[in-house]
Amino acid sequence: MTLDPHNLLAILGMALATYATRLAGLALAGRLQLSPRAQAAFDAIPPAVLVAVIAPSALATGWPETAAALLAALAATRLPLLGVVAVGVAAVVALRALA
Amino acid sequence: MSTLRDDARRGLSDIWPAMLAAVPIGLLLGALAAGKGLSPLETMAMSVLVFAGGAQFAAVELWATPAPIGALVFSTLLINARHVLMSASLVPKLAGFSRGQTALGLYFMADENWALAEKRARTHALTPAYWFGMVVPFVACWVATSTLGAVVGAALGDPRRFGADFAFTALFIALVAAFWKGRVTFWTVAAAGLASALTYRLIGPPWHVLAGSLCGLAAAWFAAGSVGDAEPAPEMRP
Repeated sequence: MTLDPHNLLAILGMALATYATRLAGLALAGRLQLSPRAQAAFDAIPPAVLVAVIAPSALATGWPETAAALLAALAATRLPLLGVVAVGVAAVVALRALA
Repeated sequence: MSTLRDDARRGLSDIWPAMLAAVPIGLLLGALAAGKGLSPLETMAMSVLVFAGGAQFAAVELWATPAPIGALVFSTLLINARHVLMSASLVPKLAGFSRGQTALGLYFMADENWALAEKRARTHALTPAYWFGMVVPFVACWVATSTLGAVVGAALGDPRRFGADFAFTALFIALVAAFWKGRVTFWTVAAAGLASALTYRLIGPPWHVLAGSLCGLAAAWFAAGSVGDAEPAPEMRP
């Protein structure tokens, strides 16, 4: 059970950033008017960030990872969250064994 | 007095399916955090202090020794930017909350309890008893499962052996599908993926997150304007 000071600092930074986004509604409530384009960009934040985080692992590691990512994307059209994870993990283990 | 208890019980009965769904996700987060060298205590601290699943998964994926604080905070801020809109919509419904209850209540606002509260507010006044009846067990469950995952995960050893290192990638692909809104999302994903992978190859981490995210947002901006069919999107994803 250790708590590295540098890691704690990183966690506190994350906590502060998160709380700021959750409190921001207090200042904005009732006066937030976004143009449709700005709204679209705002809505696109979660998928854009998620994809930006995983792209190196999915697209720049090797063909087994890229193929497994495609299979997971296919699974995501039908299966719930954990089903997609199971398909992706099983696929990458099998394909790495072939590679 | 009995309304207080009824509201708290109502909150609990509304949240428990989401709680159950979060159990394996919490275990997975803890196991992956352990794989990156985070201790169970550090994982627990993160779950208590940050309490934001998507941002925590991204943070663990980005984690290195020493921790890249700037990249971690930036990615957290970007992923949680949706909370700004969520809380802006929720705050007017917290009329019965004291200042302290509002401050504490918003601290633990997450996708699931936010969505349930918005749903409740359509038919009932939102009470602190209802809100905390939802939030307290939900937070406790998330903290407990992610910490347990870190304890168990550390004993399992190298996550690559079970392909667990790829679990993030698969999980994030599934989450992207949950945010899917058609053509605009397609261009967002294509631009973000390409820009991120290229930046990762040519410049290196953690810049791929910034470059990919910004290109994704720019793509969404252009795609939404080109036909003018951007939905007004009054309803946020739960």
